[in-house]
Amino acid sequence: MNVLVAMSGGVDSSVAAALLVKAGHEVTGVTLKLWGGASDSGCCSVSDVEDARRVAAQLGMPHYVFNFADDFEARVVDPYVAAYAAGTTPNPCVACNDHMKFDRLLTRATELGFDAVATGHHVRRIVDGATGRLALHRAVDAAKDQSYVLYMLGQAELALTLFPVGHLTKAAVREHARRLGLRTADKAESMDVCFITKGGRERFLADRGVLEAGPVVDGETGAVVGTHAGIATVTIGQRRGLAVAQGERRYVVDVLPAERTVVIGPKRRLLVPSVKVGALRFVDGLPLASGTRVEVQARAHGVPVPARIDVPPLDAVDTSTDTSAVDTGADHVVVSFDEPQPRIAPGQVVAFYDGDRLLGGGIARQESR
Amino acid sequence: MPSGRPVVYLDHAATTPLRPEALEAMLPFLAEHHGNASGMHSIARTAKTALEEAREITAAALGCQPAEIVFTGGGTEADNLAVKGAALAARLGGNGDGVVVTAFEHHAVLHSGTRLERDGFRLREVSVTPDGVIDLAALAEALDERTVVVSTMLVNNEVGTVAPLAEIAALVRERSPRAVLHTDSVQAMAWADVARDAAVADLVAISAHKVGGPKGVGVLVVRRGTQLQAVIDGGGQERNLRSGTVNVAGIVGMAAALRVVVERRADDVARIGGLRDRLRDGLISAIPDARPTAAGAPMVAGTCHLTFPKVEAESLLLLLDRDGVCASAGSSCQSGSMDPSHVLLAMGFPKEAALSAIRLSLGWSTTDADVDRALEAIPAAVAQLRDGSRARSASRTRERSRARAGRGAPRSPGRGPS
Repeated sequence: MNVLVAMSGGVDSSVAAALLVKAGHEVTGVTLKLWGGASDSGCCSVSDVEDARRVAAQLGMPHYVFNFADDFEARVVDPYVAAYAAGTTPNPCVACNDHMKFDRLLTRATELGFDAVATGHHVRRIVDGATGRLALHRAVDAAKDQSYVLYMLGQAELALTLFPVGHLTKAAVREHARRLGLRTADKAESMDVCFITKGGRERFLADRGVLEAGPVVDGETGAVVGTHAGIATVTIGQRRGLAVAQGERRYVVDVLPAERTVVIGPKRRLLVPSVKVGALRFVDGLPLASGTRVEVQARAHGVPVPARIDVPPLDAVDTSTDTSAVDTGADHVVVSFDEPQPRIAPGQVVAFYDGDRLLGGGIARQESR
Repeated sequence: MPSGRPVVYLDHAATTPLRPEALEAMLPFLAEHHGNASGMHSIARTAKTALEEAREITAAALGCQPAEIVFTGGGTEADNLAVKGAALAARLGGNGDGVVVTAFEHHAVLHSGTRLERDGFRLREVSVTPDGVIDLAALAEALDERTVVVSTMLVNNEVGTVAPLAEIAALVRERSPRAVLHTDSVQAMAWADVARDAAVADLVAISAHKVGGPKGVGVLVVRRGTQLQAVIDGGGQERNLRSGTVNVAGIVGMAAALRVVVERRADDVARIGGLRDRLRDGLISAIPDARPTAAGAPMVAGTCHLTFPKVEAESLLLLLDRDGVCASAGSSCQSGSMDPSHVLLAMGFPKEAALSAIRLSLGWSTTDADVDRALEAIPAAVAQLRDGSRARSASRTRERSRARAGRGAPRSPGRGPS
């Protein structure tokens, strides 16, 4: 196959490229330049491009840089800022996967005549021998599994995508890189959002004018008990960092964007029986039926919990946000947990699993309490 | 990947292959003649003699006195010395504070200008016409009595247009009598008689590697009487204007290349200009909506700059590279990725058009066969990209719309743990 491998300059994508070369594919490397801003810490810095380029040269394959910075700003960074301004908690890595790696890059790779795009994500793509349908399973290395941030992949994307390191543990990936003498073998993992500079998220958001101080209110008594620097600085479920002195442990239980108010309360007020999930995607392309039992994961490394999916009756469908809802059915599902769970911050990804198999997912909706 | 066939190199405006005459001249100075030209012993004298001979050859090629030649570490360094050095000298002399550049200068000039602006100078960027030529009315408006440096390139590095330097000089002398006129002639030297065409300028920059010489060597012509401050201080080489041990081998190689350039320029311009015309006309007839850039302006013989509507140059260049054809988009950032060209934006191109432009630049090593290969490869690559984008926009969009939620959805039986 003629494969384009997305190389971030890290060890996983380096080894992904090496494995494809070894398997006899015709492999071309590409590094995406995503951010034109000041950050040099993330996946788009000059030194990371250089690492990718050197690994590609060592593997005897050509390497290019695609500049997607404009799209990245419009489809990842701006929505990230807007989401915080609206009081929700975005996941920019998910947006990047959705719009950059598995849309713009796939599109370009197809135009260029590549048969597939490979990445260094820790996830397994499995072909059903009988039906030919494609499934996405958690990585062999459970601690490094990235299926959650790939919940949006459907059959069309998976048909063009390879994940060569998903069946290896991280330790095995590093060992492989060392054996090949790749310069990225012992490189530290990038943990942060790539476009956030040293000043951190609050500084980034403050520079973009979305931080406005407001009151912290006790949900039990209605009393103002403190102030916050901006609703974007707190996330539902957060315990630390609140400028209030309280006896009992207090959590952020709600954020009211219109009033710039943060509501705190004891843990029991945080627990909810269900969550509405919109912007749905399903790996198999077919929606889940009402009553389907799944395991639900709501954070990148969160513990999955059992739940049931329900599709609301048609009259409950909000057709104003999704014009296709009338034709294809509901624009959201209700996920009911077996046991009440801490409320999921609106904007967060909610992924559905059957054991190791990713079924799909969506985005937690803003719900009034 | 190039499949066994020789690579077709159409990126001479980025850099040229070393001419054999230059390599031959350099080799002894990379081996036995290793002396420092500033020394007094026999080994040093050999180097010094070669340096001064090279200075004479270079001066002849540039139409100036040997004493007016300052060797630098390249074209960028020569531009920095010119723009910053003249501005700093003018400030010391209390002559004024105005710096005027065109909006489509090389970054060596533009960024020198912005640094001077941070240091308190007034920077004016003069607009250019859609045909890639300086707007003389805008220049006249930008010039005043306190203008101390004017920098306008003789030939633009991306689109290849030639500036009306005589008219520019006349305006500068009339409106800004105290200004020093610098012309970046890096892209002109292979094609134009810079000795004649840049004679009106006080400062003239060229670079060796654009004319078949080695990288890392350049020249600034500093006409007698021009006030200039050094920007690199040290041992006082090059009449105190460019300190640092001189790059003897590089300078000797550059002089050898310049000698060949001047000797063969008329023939090269005729031959390569013919190849360029055949390439451009062939591409336009094979790709009817291809648009030659700056079609109405005077242009050097080696440049063929085109836009292909709805084709991303980043993709096109990759396909050409795989097919063994080296071209460029004219502008690369440090990471090797493409940004929209400031030259094309200055000429009024919309961003999307600027990202669909490629530069094919021919030079002394270009052959008939190279043009034949390019005329096969480029239309094929453009067609592939256009077919590919049509084919895919249907299929994946369709597949995606299916992936939304459906009510009840009887087609998904028995999923999930139960």
